Amino acid sequence: MAKWIVEKGKGLYFLLFCVLMLVLPLILRMSEAGDYYLSLMVFAGINSMVVIGLNLLMGYAGQISLGHAAFFGLGAYSSGIVTTRFGLSPLWGFTLSIILNFLIAYLLAKPILKLKGHYLAMATLGLGMIFFVLFNELPITGASEGISVGKLYIFGYNMNSRYLKDINYYYLTWIFTLLLTYFALNIVNSRVGRALRAIHSKELAAHSIGVDISRFKTKVFILSTIYAGLAGSIFAHYSTFLCPVDFGLNYSIRVVTMGVVGGMSSIWGGLLGASVLSILPQFLDIFAEYDILIYGLVLILSVIFMPEGISQKISLCWEKCQKKWFHEV
Amino acid sequence: MTFTNQLIQYLINGITKGGIYGLVALGFTIIYKSTDVINFAQGEFVMFGAVMLYTFHHVLHLNLLLSFILAVLVVTLIGILMEVLMIRPLEESSVITQIIVTIGASIFFRGSAMLIWGRNDVFVPFFSSGKPYRIFHAIIDRQYLWILVITLLAMGVLHLFYEKTITGKAMTACAANKKAASLVGINIRTMVVLSFGLSAALGGVAGGVLAPFGMKYDTGVNYGLKGFCAAIVGGLGNNVGAMVGGFVLGIVEELGAGLISSSYRNAIAYSILVLVLIIRPQGILFTKSGERV
Repeated sequence: MAKWIVEKGKGLYFLLFCVLMLVLPLILRMSEAGDYYLSLMVFAGINSMVVIGLNLLMGYAGQISLGHAAFFGLGAYSSGIVTTRFGLSPLWGFTLSIILNFLIAYLLAKPILKLKGHYLAMATLGLGMIFFVLFNELPITGASEGISVGKLYIFGYNMNSRYLKDINYYYLTWIFTLLLTYFALNIVNSRVGRALRAIHSKELAAHSIGVDISRFKTKVFILSTIYAGLAGSIFAHYSTFLCPVDFGLNYSIRVVTMGVVGGMSSIWGGLLGASVLSILPQFLDIFAEYDILIYGLVLILSVIFMPEGISQKISLCWEKCQKKWFHEV
Repeated sequence: MTFTNQLIQYLINGITKGGIYGLVALGFTIIYKSTDVINFAQGEFVMFGAVMLYTFHHVLHLNLLLSFILAVLVVTLIGILMEVLMIRPLEESSVITQIIVTIGASIFFRGSAMLIWGRNDVFVPFFSSGKPYRIFHAIIDRQYLWILVITLLAMGVLHLFYEKTITGKAMTACAANKKAASLVGINIRTMVVLSFGLSAALGGVAGGVLAPFGMKYDTGVNYGLKGFCAAIVGGLGNNVGAMVGGFVLGIVEELGAGLISSSYRNAIAYSILVLVLIIRPQGILFTKSGERV
């Protein structure tokens, strides 16, 4: 029995998690503030998508990005511009979000990913800032006044209906999040995942055993921007109005923080970090006043005391428990 | 105002700003050379310099010069504490981890400043009162002259420190080769602490001279990031480069903002950063190759 759990573990955990997410709203809606909890979960899901993509890039391939808010913003503005400025179906927004992120990431990847360590951090930060200025200044994005986003229809069903908006988006967001999580988990446990980890631990060694470094870096970079773009599109339709403020350096750093706190080299860690840091602040009153102070402190302490994130602590505990409970494993 | 006058005005503004960027860039460079860490909290040292000056001058009513010196000393202390408490425990960690801890420090500093000094700008009086000077038809604010003089003074003192004092030479040796430096009896630990103190002090000076224009908890970020661009433009890890990078960035930014569009000011600065990183990661001054592969 124990052996079976451990062997089939990963798939089983994922399935259990899916079931949990499926029934969670039923529990949440029993509470009076149900819709509020659901909306928190929507943001947790959106941030999770960005963080999982970022973890693939930072935790697995070891390439830092301090500019992911730009790609999140590109996705969001694609949806906003397509639905409001051109009056097209939201589906085109999602498509444009993917295409735009793909193209821009593809063009940027070659020159940018050549840089390492600090240089890469600075280049991505600079890019993020440039996009932030563009979101703030270009007439098509509505500049600093922002832009409204059209309603999202899926097969003619209005997702933004008045009473069911939160639950609709809960399911939409988490279906996307779970699909992307599943995809990421599969990548990590595949040839590509091993190649990425090889690049992370020693580029030269990876190169010498035949890993095409620049190709893998490009691929994972593009993938992570598409994750961010999709999250951005959903964010756009859910919040119905876009302001450049949401797509600045602060967001880039927030998602990095989420990744670090949860555990950069783990997909589950990304999910955990994003969810904890999206939800917890809303329940701590002191957060409202001192949010940046606490954010900074959390970041520093978690890097010093658990550099591998919460997820690693949990899995260490779990291993201990397993040893205690089932001696044969 | 004719075009030439306009140009002169932009140049003057650019040089003043460039001086500040240069100071911040020097701060980055000093820490980078001794520890290989990029300190994202450099801009917060600038902010602390200004708000400390405000505290000593306005709240404790000390005279301006004394307040300035005390402010710089306090910021130096903050820099040293940062090294001891946050950087030292992570000495052996990866670049990503080190970057993240300094980002954490920067956010934390901002948060504490917000708590102590509030969300509004704090001001100190201009260092000397009177009408601004005029060169042709361009206007030079008196504070601009102060900024320029104090900036150049700080750069000069730093240069003398590195070239003429034994401690300065020890720091240079330490930056060049830690192992060799420790073999000839240089205490690496002390040098690292010293470099954090020194770089914080430079930030504090920059903050002090900027204080009359107002400073609040999050103003430092912009100076930090620009100083960071300047350090890259000049070539990371080189003192002269940092200063030159600062002036170049300041002038180009002002010219760009003035001649093209002021709303794209930041885009211009960061485009320069990205372009330099892609084309000449070793900086505009030097031919030595940067870390790429």
